[in-house]
Formats: sequence, C-alpha cells, structure tokens
Amino acid sequence: MSSNSFAYNEQSGGGEATELGQEATSTISPSGAFGLFSSDMKKNEDLKQMLESNKDSAKLDAMKRIVGMIAKGKNASELFPAVVKNVASKNIEIKKLVYVYLVRYAEEQQDLALLSISTFQRALKDPNQLIRASALRVLSSIRVPIIVPIMMLAIKEASADLSPYVRKNAAHAIQKLYSLDPEQKEMLIEIIEKLLKDKSTLVAGSVVMAFEEVCPDRIDLIHKNYRKLCNLLVDVEEWGQVVIIHMLTRYARTQFVSPWRQGDVLEDNEKDFYDSDEEQKEKADKRKRPYAMDPDHRLLIRNTKPLLQSRNAAVVMAVAQLYWHIAPKSEAGIISKSLVRLLRSSREVQYIVLQNIATMSIQRKGMFEPYLKSFYVRSTDATMIKILKLEILTNLANEANISTLLREFQTYVKSQDKQFAAATIQTIGRCATSITEVSDTCLNGLVCLLSNRDEIVVAESVVVIKKLLQMQPMQHGEIIKHMAKLLDSITVPVARASILWLIGENCERVPKIAPDVLRKTAKSFTSEDDLVKLQILNLGAKLYLTNSKQTKLLTQYILNLGKYDQNYDIRDRTRFIRQLIVPNEKSGALSKYAKKIFLAQKPAPLLESPFKDRDHFQLGTLSHTLNTKATGYLELSNWPEVAPDPSVRNVEVIELAKEWTPAGKAKKENPDKKFYSESEEEEDSSESSSDSESESGSESGEDEEDDRSGDSAEDSGESGSEPEAGKGRAATRSRARGRGDSKDVDKEKENSKTSESSSGESSSIEESSSDSESESESESESESRKVTKVSTPVFVPGKTHVLLHRMSGKGLAAHYFFPRQPCIFGDKMVSVQITLNNTTDQKIENIHVGGKKLPMGMQMHVFNPIESLEPAGSITVSMGIDFCDSTQTASFQLCTKDDCFSVNIQPPVGELLLPVAMSEKDFKKEQGMLSGMNETSTTIIAAPQNFASSVILQKIVNVANVGVVPSGQDNIHRFAAKTVHSGSLMLVTVELKEGSTAQLIINTEKTVIGSVLLRELKPVLSQG
Amino acid sequence: MLRGDARGRVPDWGGGHSGRSGRRRRRPCCRGDAGLSICRGFQTEKDSLRSLTVSTMIHSLFLINSSGDIFLEKHWKSVVSRSVCDYFFEAQERATEAENVPPVIPTPHHYLLSVYRHKIFFVAVIQTEVPPLFVIEFLHRVVDTFQDYFGVCSEPVIKDNVVVVYEVLEEMLDNGFPLATESNILKELIKPPTILRTVVNTITGSTNVGDQLPTGQLSVVPWRRTGVKYTNNEAYFDVIEEIDAIIDKSGSTITAEIQGVIDACVKLTGMPDLTLSFMNPRLLDDVSFHPCVRFKRWESERILSFIPPDGNFRLLSYHVSAQNLVAIPVYVKHNISFRDSSSLGRFEITVGPKQTMGKTIEGVTVTSQMPRGVLNMSLTPSQGTHTFDPVTKMLSWDVGKINPQKLPSLKGTMSLQAGASKPDENPTINLQFKIQQLAISGLKVNRLDMYGEKYKPFKGIKYMTKAGKFQVRT
Repeated sequence: MSSNSFAYNEQSGGGEATELGQEATSTISPSGAFGLFSSDMKKNEDLKQMLESNKDSAKLDAMKRIVGMIAKGKNASELFPAVVKNVASKNIEIKKLVYVYLVRYAEEQQDLALLSISTFQRALKDPNQLIRASALRVLSSIRVPIIVPIMMLAIKEASADLSPYVRKNAAHAIQKLYSLDPEQKEMLIEIIEKLLKDKSTLVAGSVVMAFEEVCPDRIDLIHKNYRKLCNLLVDVEEWGQVVIIHMLTRYARTQFVSPWRQGDVLEDNEKDFYDSDEEQKEKADKRKRPYAMDPDHRLLIRNTKPLLQSRNAAVVMAVAQLYWHIAPKSEAGIISKSLVRLLRSSREVQYIVLQNIATMSIQRKGMFEPYLKSFYVRSTDATMIKILKLEILTNLANEANISTLLREFQTYVKSQDKQFAAATIQTIGRCATSITEVSDTCLNGLVCLLSNRDEIVVAESVVVIKKLLQMQPMQHGEIIKHMAKLLDSITVPVARASILWLIGENCERVPKIAPDVLRKTAKSFTSEDDLVKLQILNLGAKLYLTNSKQTKLLTQYILNLGKYDQNYDIRDRTRFIRQLIVPNEKSGALSKYAKKIFLAQKPAPLLESPFKDRDHFQLGTLSHTLNTKATGYLELSNWPEVAPDPSVRNVEVIELAKEWTPAGKAKKENPDKKFYSESEEEEDSSESSSDSESESGSESGEDEEDDRSGDSAEDSGESGSEPEAGKGRAATRSRARGRGDSKDVDKEKENSKTSESSSGESSSIEESSSDSESESESESESESRKVTKVSTPVFVPGKTHVLLHRMSGKGLAAHYFFPRQPCIFGDKMVSVQITLNNTTDQKIENIHVGGKKLPMGMQMHVFNPIESLEPAGSITVSMGIDFCDSTQTASFQLCTKDDCFSVNIQPPVGELLLPVAMSEKDFKKEQGMLSGMNETSTTIIAAPQNFASSVILQKIVNVANVGVVPSGQDNIHRFAAKTVHSGSLMLVTVELKEGSTAQLIINTEKTVIGSVLLRELKPVLSQG
Repeated sequence: MLRGDARGRVPDWGGGHSGRSGRRRRRPCCRGDAGLSICRGFQTEKDSLRSLTVSTMIHSLFLINSSGDIFLEKHWKSVVSRSVCDYFFEAQERATEAENVPPVIPTPHHYLLSVYRHKIFFVAVIQTEVPPLFVIEFLHRVVDTFQDYFGVCSEPVIKDNVVVVYEVLEEMLDNGFPLATESNILKELIKPPTILRTVVNTITGSTNVGDQLPTGQLSVVPWRRTGVKYTNNEAYFDVIEEIDAIIDKSGSTITAEIQGVIDACVKLTGMPDLTLSFMNPRLLDDVSFHPCVRFKRWESERILSFIPPDGNFRLLSYHVSAQNLVAIPVYVKHNISFRDSSSLGRFEITVGPKQTMGKTIEGVTVTSQMPRGVLNMSLTPSQGTHTFDPVTKMLSWDVGKINPQKLPSLKGTMSLQAGASKPDENPTINLQFKIQQLAISGLKVNRLDMYGEKYKPFKGIKYMTKAGKFQVRT
C-alpha cells in the first residue's frame, strides 16, 4: 500500500521525488518506519524557519540550500510560500536566489506565484537599469498564463527604455511571451519591428533572435534594417553575430539573384545537356549579359569577412556557410583556411566542422585540396573524427594524390582501432571505383588483406572486393578461388554471405569449385547465420539452373532443410525457390524464365559518400549534422530568377518622411505625400516652393484657396487622381491657417521636401533660404509670426566638449562646441564647431567624416575633408546637425587616411534652441496659449544672492540659448526661444517668491524638451 | 529498502526525480515494461503539446559524471525530465569510450548536444533547429568560466559551489540565449568565491552579487571593466607554439604545422591602449583574435592594437603551416619487433635533439599504446622513470631533459601472449616536450607600447615551444 501511494506520488508530482517521500509519510505512516523521510521533513521545517527569521544571513543560508536542492533535481516546491515572501528582500543575493527558485517553480504554483508579481512591477520602474532588466527577465520567465497582459505591457515599456541593456532583455522577453501565448504574435511583431530599428549593438543580436523565433517569414521587416545590420555586425557580441549571419543568409537568398555564373550551373546540372539548341542559344545570350552584383549583396559578403578571424568557432562556421551559400564561387575559397584552423579545437567542434567540410568537399574538391594533409588521421583522434577525416580524404582523392593517399591508408588499415580499419577498407574500395587508374592496385591490395590476421579486416575486405568485382565483370577467377578457400576460416556472416553470393554469381567461371562450396555449406547449413542461409539457398538455386547434373540432389537437400527452418524468411525463400526452379505440374510460366531471373545482369552498386545528398540542408545547421530535418528548420530558398525591388532597403527616404510627418496630421497628409512623390517630382519641387511663396505673400485666404484648388486640379489632371483630393487639401490648409498656426505651412513644405530628398541637398538649402525669406516677409502681416523672429544669442559659452581624445584618436584630438549661430547649412540644423588638433609628430592626412549612424530623421551636413593637418597644427571646421529636437546622439566616424574613429555628439538640450526676441505682451499671449499640458514648472530654493537678476540671467543663458524678454516686473524674468528643428516656442519664466524660493515655469509644445530643460535648469539655479 | 521496492515496481518514466543514482534508470527492466509505455505515451502527449509553442535555444543543462550520475541540472524554461538523458546513457554505452560519444544525439522530442571535459559531460537539451556549434561553443565557454572561477572544474568543486554555479549560469543564459559570457563582466556581476571574501561575507552579511550593471556591458569595450586599479602595473605576454606533426617510420615528416597562441596577463590601471608589433608579422598565416583587437589596423599595418581585458586572456592564436618553415626539434630512433615464434619481443627507443637552435629540450615524455597482445614489458631506461600499465597497455616514459652528449634510451623486452599471433601493427609513439625561450617558427615581438595612461608599466615577453600532437609511427 505504502509503496503504491509512493509510486502515485511520483507520477502526479511529475518530478524530483526523493523528497516527495515526506508527503507519503505524513499521510500514511508518520511513525517510525520512515525515519529517513521524517528527517527530511524536519530539514525542510528548519529551512522554513530560517526563511522566516529576520536575519538576512539565515535567509541566505536557507536559500542557498534550497538552490542546492534544485540543482540536484530534488523537489523543493513545498517551500514555495515561505520563499516567495522574500521576493522583496533588500539583500540582493537573497533576491536573486528567490528569483531562481521562482522561475523554477512558478509554473507549478501559479496562484502563489501571483503574489510576487507586484514586486516585479515596482522593480520595472527602478532607476537602476540592472534591476529593471532583471525584473523583466524574471517576470517574463514566470510561465503563468494569467500575467500575459502584464508581461505584454512590461515588454512594451522596456522596449522603449533608455538603457540598451533593458531593451536587450525586452527582446528576450518577447520570445518567452510568445512561447507562453502564441496568440500575442501580432502585437509582438510590432515590438520586434520597433526593436529592429534599434541602433544599439547590444540589442541587435537578441532582437534578430526574437525575429527568428516569432516571425521568421516576415522578411519584409528586415529590408529597412538590412544595411544597418550589415554595418553593425562586426560590433555585435559573438552570439548575436551567429544568429544575424544565419538570418541574413536566408534573406540574401530571397532578395538577390544568383552570383554563380550560368557556366557553373551548367557543369553541375546535366539536364542542360538535353536542352534543345534554341534553348542553348537563349542560355548563351543570358550568359553574355554581364552579372552585376547588388551592392547590398556585396556589402554583406564584405562585412562578414573579418569575422572569419573570430575566436568563436560558431561565428567562423556561420560566416563559412554564408560564403558557401551566397558568395560567388570564386570567393568561397577563403573560408577553407579558417575552417581548417577550427580543426585544432575540441573534439566536438572538430566533429561538426569536419561534417561540414565533408559536404563541401564533395561539390568543390579544389577548396580543400591544399589542406589535404590537415586531414591525416592521428592515432589519438576519436573514432568518429577518424572516420570523418577518412571521408574527406576520399572526397579529395584524385589521380595526382591517390598514391600518397593509398600509402597513408596502408597505415590506417593496420590501426588497432578496428572500426576505423574497416572504414579505411571501404574507402579504398571507393577510391578504386572513382579513380580507374588505381583500381587494379586497390584490388590487389585488398586481396592481400584477405590474408590479414584480423577477421574484421578480412570480412570488410571481402565485402568490398565483392562490390568491386561486381563492377568489373572481367575474369577474376583467381580472386574468387582465393575467396572460396577463405570460406573455411572466416566466420563473419556478412563476409561469408558475400563470398557465397560471389561464387553463385560467377558459378560458370568456377565450375569446379562452386559445387564443392555448395557441398560444404550444405553440411553446415543448420549452424549458419540467417544471412548466410539465404545465400546458400541462392547459390543452390543458381547451380541447379546451370549445373543441375552435379548439384540437383544437394540443392534439394538444402531446400528441405530450409523448409523447416525456424526463420520464416528462410522458409518463404525456400518455398519460392522451389516453385521457381523445380519443374512440376503446378509450376506456371515463370519457371521457364528462372534462369533469367536468377542469373540476370545485376547493376553494380554505387559506392558513394554518405554526405552526398546532405547539401540540401543549410550548412552549419543541426539538420545538416543529423541529416534529417530538425524541428523548426527553415529551408534555404533558391535564388530568385529576378531580384525583388532593391529599393526597399533604401532607408532614408521612407523613414524620414514618416518621421517628419507631425503625428496628429499624419493621416490627413498621407494622400498629399503620395500625390507629390508620384510621377512628377521635378516639377513638383519648383511648384511647391512657388506655392509657399504665393501663400505667404497673399493676404486673402479666399483668393488663395481658389488659386490652390485650381492648381491642384491641374496637378491631378496630370497624375490622374481625383480633383476632390486637391480641394480637400486646400480646405485643410485654409482651415489651418485660420487657426493662425503658421508652422503648419512650414511642415507642409517639409513634407514636400522630404519626398524629393533625392534631388540633393544643395537645392534644399536654397529652398530653405527662400523659406526664411518668406517668413520674414510675412512678419508684417501676421501677428503670430512676429514672435518667432530670431535674435542674436545673448551669451555664447566657451565650453568645449571632447569629441575624440588624442589617446583614442592615435594623436588626432577633436573638440566641439556650439557657437549658437544660425546654421548656414540649413535652418533646421544646429551649428557645431569642431576643432581638430594634431598631437602627433607626423602629418595627418585626409580627415573626413566617414559612416554616419544617425537616429531616424536626423540629418548632418559634414565639413569638407581636410587634406592634411601638420604636426601640432589645429583647424576649426563647422558642421550642421539636425537633431530633430531631441537629445539623441549623433554618431559618426571621424576618419583619417588610415583610421576611422567612432565619435558622437550629444547636444545639451539648451543648444537645441535659438533665441527669440519678443515683447512682454507677446510673451504673455503666447504663454496663455501654451498652458495646461504644455506647461511644466518646479520650485527652486536657493540663497537670496542667487536670485539677483544678473545672476539668474547669467545662469540661464549659460545653460540654454534663449533670448531675454524685457520684463516690467523686477521679480519675474522671462526668456524666449524656439526649437531649431520645428520652430516651436520655448518660454521660460523665473518668478521670485518670498523666502528665497522661486518658481520656474516652462511653456512649450515640445513637452519632452521642456521637461528636460526644466531638469537641467533647476540644479543650476539652486546651487550657489 | 522499501524505497528500493517502490522504485522497482514503478517504471522510471517521470524521470529524474531523484537523484541519488542516475544509473538506476539504465536498467533494462525499465524499458519494455507495460507501465513504461503508458507513461511514455503520456510524456509524448505533454511534449507534443509543448512543441506547439516555440521553444528556445538551450532548454536545459545536465552535468553527468563519468559513472553516469546526473549531479547538476539547470532549466531555463519548463523543466525537461531527467529521463531524456537515458538516450545519452544509451549512446554512452554503445560508444564504449567517453570520447566516442557523439556530440549530437537526436531523441524523439529533443536533441542532446554534449561536450566532454574534465571527465564531466555537459549535456545541453535543445528542441529546435540551432547551429550545433553555437551550443557546443557555448558549453565550452561555460566550462572555461567554471575553471576561471574555481581554479579547477571538477565534480566536487561544482557541488561545493553550487550556488555560485547557479548564479553564473543564470547570468550566462537568458531564455536559452547567451547573455553575458565575458569573464570580466561575469566577475563583476557575481564575484568569484575566495576564502577572504567568504569570511568577510559571513561577518558583514555582504554578498557575492554585484548590484550595478557592469559598465562594460554598455560601453564600446564590453570586455574590460572600468575603474581597474593596480599598484604594480604589469603586462606579460607568453608566445606559446605547439608543433603538430606526424613522423613516419623512416623518420621523414608526413605533416607538420605550428599552432601558436599569445596568452596575456595584463594588470594595468585605467584604460590602457596597447600596441604590439612583430619583427616578422608575415609569418602568421592564419590568425584569430580576441574581440578586443582592432582588425582594420592589423589588416593595414600588421600591428596588434587593442584595449586589453583585465587579467588573463588569449590575445591571438595563429597558424604556421608552410611545411618547410617547421623545424622538427627532436628525433626518435626506434626498434620495436615482434617475432612470430617466440613470446618475446624486442623494444628499444632513443630520443635525440635535431633542430633546437641551441636550446635544451626539457620535459620530455614518451607515451605509447601497446598492442593488446603485449602482456608485460621489462625495460631499463638510461634516464628518467617508466611505467607500463598491463590493463590499458599504456607505456609511459618520463624522460626529463635531453643531454645531447648522452642520449636517453629505453631498452628491453616485451612478453607477449603465448600462442597468439604477432600484432600486425607497431605502436605509435606520442611525444611531449618543451623548449623554453624559443618560438620555433621564429616569430619575434618587436615592441609593446602603451597609450592612454601616464604611468610606465612593467612589460615582459616569454617564448615557449611545446609538442602538440606529435606522433611518430613505427
């Protein structure tokens, strides 16, 4: 009874049951007999007590013991309530161990696990990124379906976290949530799409992993990120590299045309041979057309090459398979050296790499021929490694090296590792068939082996010789005689069967021996292996047909023996043969053909590599290793005939447009955008600029509306869209103007500008200058416009920031500072001055800006390359960067002739502004319009002397590029500015209060920048 | 006793519970049992249910010792029953030798990928397609990390430090995908146990677990921790070359190549930027770098430029394969013969220096796997000590230094099994040796410079040549 219930427990618990004994004990027999179990229970009691104590050290000890139990696979689930209480422990190690416990058992104790959720939710908001990340990790690892919505929310938030480490964890959490609840797929794909745009190298690998797990078929998500991924690849951590390379291999096979020349295919594919002449001609035509590789295709091949030098075998293998599958055949050769290098590492790595080389060496011998000797077998290699090496040696064998190889094989045949020796014999057989020059030598060698002392060697030789003789139906009577003699000594069934078959097949060539062999085997029939028995039957039948005089009786004797054999296969075969060869009244038409049936010309077996057909699996995959399709294996598609549109990978155009569209108006303006970006771009650009001029110039809205709708009607006539669309748009416009929102117009212009960004930067600069003109023109007419007049900066701080330290720049130092001047390159750009110093004693040549890694929407106007910089020389250049009104970092590469240094500029929020001159009246009016949501404020406490107006002025203009608004009151200071990119107003008010406090208020549409500015100003104003 | 009974009656399908003896499961009576098939059926159902959902890269990890006990398990997702290891045990039995266990074993619902190091099998359970090298390389990294943390990686050490092991594994993988595998970062997250720290922790109640994200994780130099401080700033580089060679019977070289590594021990304050240049960099045929090395600089100038990780690391490994460049520093003269009629065989080997560039060869050991027919050997060495294990038939001779004036030799007779025919192959001889102060390829470091920090470090370079897989066929 007790044992039964114990068993029951084991089943229901589904795991780890030594400790389960306790339950059995407590319910059934709490007394003496189960001493062992009760002591276990006591131990757990004691753990519980320790967990409930208020000493951290006791708790920690308890947790450590519990983790020990988990590690050993013992069940510790009954401690769940006691453990889960400690999830909020202050001690970080206890907390971590509780996490370990929770992740292990939450699935089993779902209700109790829910108690811990709120702790994680709180931790998700922690200022420490490590804590945020680990909270997300644990939360997403708790496999409790109820919390799916909470996880979803957490992932969403984390995917927008400022810390790339947290975002990386969010990418991992996506996979976990997906496996918990696949229904969330659509939402998760959205997050993946967002994270794919992430520029951090930390995130890239993880998000691609999530992509591969959740939606590997959504190749469209990759397009826009393709180039970025290629460029980031070198800097991604090694595991991420493997995943990204595998994904990009698949991508490349769907997006680019084959780089393998037609000629190559012709060689591989014999079908072409049968093609009619016409088709051939067509083919030839095709071949003549030069193949030009897509630059993106080239980019991938080029950027993965340095990774062949990685210390990580998985990365090297991933690059190797990429080259194999997508690089031009002439370039794939470079991978062999790296793969051969991997053969030095551990046995397991060798095993996988050798398998892949084996597959490759079948198709392209040349690749590995120079490394032939690297595949020589050492006596210390593991058997499986030896056999794989042998396989590769066989594949590489040709007329030139076969003699060396055969000499090497001779050593192997003598190996003490008999399995290996047997494999070598097989190999020799294969060489003999593939290289006809040596087939006689091989055969002789194998015959010599027949006198070997080791039975396994002899048996294997017999089998191989049988195959060889079958392929060369010449006179080999001697060999057959020799083998017939062996029958007396050899006992391995396969070998005996082979010999018998061979004799049967050639019974007319050895007419004297064959009946004698039959006689001998008839005697030993009953003690033979089944395999041998079948061959004896065959031999008998064949002899009966060719030489019935001598063997009739013998055969009948054997058939009688077979009739009563234990094995039904043999009984069946006996019956079959009897009916076929022994003529009686019942035998049908078939027996006439018996001779033809038995002594037909048999096709020779093909000796070929077991790796022959493995190449339909992608190299480097698990499926390739196992030679079966593993779960989740994704087929590598064939090259497309025609490459899909390569422009989908063009990033800037599409993304900028999206980014610059003001959120609220996106829908309305979408048709506009399309409208412009269709056929008549050129025309459009000129038109739109004239549009804007006329717009700002004309006073009457009525007039203009007519004008515009007429205009757009014309447009639509050309482009074929409905005239209503144009009208609707015009109406929108006039309404917008009616609100007095002048910025709207600017935005419209931007949109049109974006859509034609291909027309080059110079034109956009011209245009923008005309814009500013029109702005100043319109100043007199519209009151609201007046306020945005840009004034000169009040103060230009001389503070410089380090762009490139001379140590990391190999002597090239760079500093930057913000001159606070309107940028000459574009009115949405912030000007940045960069001072370059040469601290080396040599000339630095060709300093220029290399690759840019800008967040979406950002633009940068780079300085002209500097030809050379003398030692100890310095030069100042200016650049313009459009930060899109955000404090995101602009990363780019500062390159010299020899080097490239990654540098970045992160603008202080105060530099994203341009000072604006306005009157107090205007200020108040604007402020009134920017209340509520658009207002942020805080209270400042500081010593009274800090509130002197000059001090406040000095402090504020030092931090932010704002203009001073003349104030009528002594206790209120006002400052005004507009953001550089969008021109939104930024109004700063400092209101001094009683008792050394002050109120700092910022009004702006750009609330994010507003609050950042507030945060920066506050400490500056408070400190002395 | 009772427990034993219970076990006997219940087939061990659910797996893994327990632990005391992992081998028990391998009893054949458990298979083919009626109960078993029912249970298997149940498990299959559960498994197929799980396979509906997508799984992860590395599902679980089992550590199995040489006697077949699972002594540690860790799961990154739902628990995978221990019984999955049965397939591994089966393969192990079939393979007879540990190193012949295939690294990839398919089972109906999982795939087992394993590495064998320090007499422990590290078996990873995965469910879906994944590059096998990815998993294998990761498992090796796990072993390296353990070794780095505890000095040695063995069953008792892992059992003693099971909590740290768990914490480390938790950081190394998230949801089966590698998270932090750089030793420098891991050590900031979880400090390795030392006696001092254990004492301090007990008194102050502080922990081994760091509470800040290691700065390296986010910076462009993820391999180096920040705020490194040393009173003695030093950087040592060891250029170690191993010769892999196969020498045939007559003494001619069949294949020979040099595998070199540069191992570094760098203890420098702050963020030093080092450059290392060679006298003859063209010698290096095929190189692989630590991620810290700037590849472009190497491509253009053949100079190693890098911000080093803190502590010990492998900077570079390289390969010199052009055969004429490889000097073979030793030769072996051998005379091993078996006679058909007699039960005695002659055995005689002599080791001598060949191309040593005037350096002494030391640490020489000779090992050889004798044929099965050899019962015993009675040998006398001219120097050093020798042993012959009659069970494994392994002969090993610890020679020591080679004195060119008096060459070491080992002579004597072998007694063979009476009546058995003579072995058809002579044994191969494996050689180990060391040559100090010499890189056999001729590679020489030109200079080592440091930028970025003001102090003057102490620099040292050491050369050594060793035998790698050095075999002489007889």
